[in-house]
Amino acid sequence: MPSQIAIGAAVPGCAKVDPILIADNVRRQFGGNVAVDVEHVEIPRGLITALIGPNGAGKTTFFNLLTGFDQPNSGDWTFDGVKLAGVPAFKVARMGMVRTFQLTKSLNMITVMENMRLGAQRQPGESLLRALIKPLWKRNEEEITARAAELLTRFKLDTKSDDFAASLSGGQRKLLEMARALMTQPRLVMLDEPMAGVNPALTQSLLEHIRGLKNEGMTVLFVEHDMHMVRNISDWVIVMAEGKIVAEGPPNEVMKNPAVIDAYLGAHHDTDLGTDKQAKGN
Amino acid sequence: MDLILGNAISWLFQPITAAYALAAIGIALHFGFTGLLNFGQAVFMAVGAYGFSISVKFFGLGFWPAVGVAVIASIAMAFLLGIPTLRLRSDYLAIVTIAAAEVFRFIVSTTSAQPVTGGPQGLNQYSDGFYAMNPIPVGHYKFWVWDFNQDDLFAIAVSWVVVVFFAILLAILIRSPWGRVIKGIREDEDAVRSLGKNVYSYKMQSLVVGGLMGTFAGILFVLPTSVQPGNYGTTLTFYIWTILLLGGASTVIGSIVGAMIFWSLLSLTGDLLSTGVDNGTITFLTQNQVGAIRFILVGVALMLLVIFRPQGIFGNKKELYFNA
Repeated sequence: MPSQIAIGAAVPGCAKVDPILIADNVRRQFGGNVAVDVEHVEIPRGLITALIGPNGAGKTTFFNLLTGFDQPNSGDWTFDGVKLAGVPAFKVARMGMVRTFQLTKSLNMITVMENMRLGAQRQPGESLLRALIKPLWKRNEEEITARAAELLTRFKLDTKSDDFAASLSGGQRKLLEMARALMTQPRLVMLDEPMAGVNPALTQSLLEHIRGLKNEGMTVLFVEHDMHMVRNISDWVIVMAEGKIVAEGPPNEVMKNPAVIDAYLGAHHDTDLGTDKQAKGN
Repeated sequence: MDLILGNAISWLFQPITAAYALAAIGIALHFGFTGLLNFGQAVFMAVGAYGFSISVKFFGLGFWPAVGVAVIASIAMAFLLGIPTLRLRSDYLAIVTIAAAEVFRFIVSTTSAQPVTGGPQGLNQYSDGFYAMNPIPVGHYKFWVWDFNQDDLFAIAVSWVVVVFFAILLAILIRSPWGRVIKGIREDEDAVRSLGKNVYSYKMQSLVVGGLMGTFAGILFVLPTSVQPGNYGTTLTFYIWTILLLGGASTVIGSIVGAMIFWSLLSLTGDLLSTGVDNGTITFLTQNQVGAIRFILVGVALMLLVIFRPQGIFGNKKELYFNA
C-alpha cells in the first residue's frame, strides 16, 4: 500500500497520486430532483475504495452513470485515460471496468458454469456465423472452462457448477456474480452492495475475496452501508449525500468527520426531540 | 373410420404442418431462447409468401432468385421491426409486431395493389419452377388410404428437409457460445450487458434468424397451395404460439411435434364430429358449428396444458419460462 493516496489534504474531490478513474461535473437529474451532482472525484488505482452514504444519496445512480447503464445530463469521466462519457455499457465492460448489481442478477435458468463462461471475453463462438463451426471456438471454450472452474473452486461453488443458478442461495448468487465479473478479467471491479442480504459467515468470505482482488492488482470500488465492513477492508472512503461528495479520506478519519455524521444521522441527532420524556411521563 | 384416421395421420407430414413447425421453430428462437415477444410471426410468413410469389408472377424471376428476394425482404422486415423496439422493454416488440402483421395484410389485400399482390384474391400459379425440379417420376402413389401424385410427394419431402435443416441449425446455435449469450439475454439483459456483450446486436440477430425461419415457412406454406391474404391474420400467429407452447417453448423438437399434434387433433376432432353429425349420433350440433367447435376444443386443450404442464410436452420443468 502506498504511504500516500491523496495529493494534499483529504478534502472532497481531492486529487490522487495514481487515479484510475476521474470524474468531472457528472450530473443526473430525474425531473426536478438532482440525483447525482459530482463536481470532481478520483478513484485511486490498486486499492479498495468504499463509496458510502445514506439511502438516496445517489451512489447506485453514480455507479450506473459511470458504467454506461444510465446517461448523465452532463459530465465527463475517464477510465485509465480513456473518455467514457456516452460509451455504451457493454464497451465499458470490455475496457476492463466491470460491475455487479445491488439486486443480484444471476442468470437463473442457465447453469452456474454457463453463467461463468458468459463472462469470458473474445470467445469467437459468440459470433453468429462462427458459432456454427465448433472447431473455431472449441479451444477457446476449453480455456474459458478451465479458468471458470478455477474461479468456481476459489469461490467454493465448484460443486454447483452443473446446477441451474436458480438453485443457489442468495449469498451464493452474490459470489457467483462476483466470480462471473472476474471472468471478464477486469482492471476495475465495481461492486454495488456486495454484502447486502448475506449472512455473517459468508460476509467474512466475501471480504476475503474482495481483499484477494486487490492482492491480484485489481482496483475495487464498492458501495456499502455497513460502517464496520467499510472500516475493515477499505483503504479509502468517499462519502456521498444528496448527490454530492461530502467527504473523503482514510476510513478511520472519515468516520469522525462531522459532515459524515450529519449525512448519516442528521444534523440534529443529539438534540432531544422530547419523545423519551413523554414516554417516561406516561 | 380408416379414412378419418388416415386423414388425421396424414396431417403429421403435410407440407402445411411442416410450415407451421418451421414458423414455430422461429419463435422458439425468439421467445423460448432470447425472450423476444414476437406476436407477428404471420408477417414474416406473409413476407415469404408474397416476396416469393410476387417475384415469380410479377417480375418473372426463377425459383431461386425469388427465394433470394423473400430472404432479403425478411431481413429488411426484421430490421424495420427491431431497430425502434429492441432497445425498449420486450412488450414494445410485441405491440409493433402484431400491428405490423395486420398493416402488411391490409396493404397486400387492397384492391389498388391488385396488379402486384392479387388484392383480396391473392396469387396462384407460381410453383412451376419448383415442381420443375421434381425428380420423382410422374404417377400416382398409393399407400393405405392415401393417394399422392409426384408433386405432392415432392412438396412433402422438400418441406421436411427444410424443417429438419433449420431445426439442426437452431440446435447447433443454441449449444454454441452464441446461444449462451442469447439465453443470458432471456434471463437478464442488463447482466449480459455488464459482461461486455452487445445485447442490442444479439437481439437483432435473433430477430433476423427467427424471422427468416418464418419466411421459409411462408414459402413452404404457399408452394403447394395459393397465397391468400386472409391467411396471414392474427389467428395464424396464435396457432403458431399454440404449437410452440404445446411442444415446449425452450425446445427445438417441441415445435415440430407440437405442429403435428395440433393439426392431427384438429383434423381428428373435426372429422369425428362431422361424421357424428352426419349419421345422427350427435344431435346438438349442425355441420356448420363443427368447424368452430373443434377450435374451441383446441383452446380448452391448450388451457389445460398451460395449467397442468406449463413447460410443454418436451420442456424441462426446471427451465420453465412461464413464471420468470
